[in-house]
Amino acid sequence: MSDHVQHHIAIYKKVAAALAVLTFLTVAVSYLEVAVPLAVTIALLIAATKGSLVVSFFMHLIEEKKSVPLSRRGIGLIIGSLLLTALFFLVIIFIPIFGHADKVGTYFTLPNANAPTVETPAAH
Amino acid sequence: MDIPYIVDERPDTGLTNVKLGIWLFLASEVMLFGALFSSYVLLRLIAPDWPVGAEVLNVPMGTFNTAVLIGSSVTMVFAYASLQMDNLAGFKKFMGITIGLSLLFMVVKGFEYNHEFEIGNFPWTSTYLAIYFTMTGLHALHIIGGVIVNAYFLGPGSKMWETNKTQFTNRIEAAGLYWHFVDLVWIFLFPVLYLL
Repeated sequence: MSDHVQHHIAIYKKVAAALAVLTFLTVAVSYLEVAVPLAVTIALLIAATKGSLVVSFFMHLIEEKKSVPLSRRGIGLIIGSLLLTALFFLVIIFIPIFGHADKVGTYFTLPNANAPTVETPAAH
Repeated sequence: MDIPYIVDERPDTGLTNVKLGIWLFLASEVMLFGALFSSYVLLRLIAPDWPVGAEVLNVPMGTFNTAVLIGSSVTMVFAYASLQMDNLAGFKKFMGITIGLSLLFMVVKGFEYNHEFEIGNFPWTSTYLAIYFTMTGLHALHIIGGVIVNAYFLGPGSKMWETNKTQFTNRIEAAGLYWHFVDLVWIFLFPVLYLL
């Protein structure tokens, strides 16, 4: 038991060091002059890396995976509910993005179309 | 009636009800914060202009608080590991540090809020500040909740160690899972609100 815990403590220390480095990196990268979409991608990638370290090691999700054999209980209740949650989380995050990108029903003209353009003044 | 399977694993789930319960609660919390993150995306996409977080907020303070909260997560796993090694004194030491760091986080957050109020930045000042105060405010409420639970386990709640070590260790594991979740939310809030 004790050896097992000692092994865990060694991992916790490494994870703590990695989180400290990544926090520093997040702030350092934010000072770079890059385009907004790239900055968002980098920041979210670093945050996702830190998040997965916390969830995997501090919250022991890696071991939850091991303790539930694939053959016996499917993917396990914890991982299963988290996958479902992650799916719905992505849905609610992407709804506003897709809504914003959606141009169906918006009035616009093709270059060769005869339809009146937006700039055409209304006839009096 | 006692709640079943709080010490032994339930055969069909392979988990104690404590652990399954806290994970399901955390899943619901993901959706609670998810709704706010979704609102953030919507508000930001349709906003005519959006301030750079670093020009409104204090990035060094935010970075310091990030380190404090991650530090409290680290001491929380050490507190749990101490109990697994049958070391109540070690648990009390690390749990004490965890609570101390949580309070430090709240103090720094208080200074940040106070500074915003002093320069006339209120939740109704702009859309950015509205979502900033809503998200960090809800997060701060979670910190307060965690501090209350952790303080209980450090103080009167630790008496259970004398009667049922396994159940007490399971309780600390559940409290730890919650605490790491609060840390996890901040890991995303910090870049989203302060840096982007």
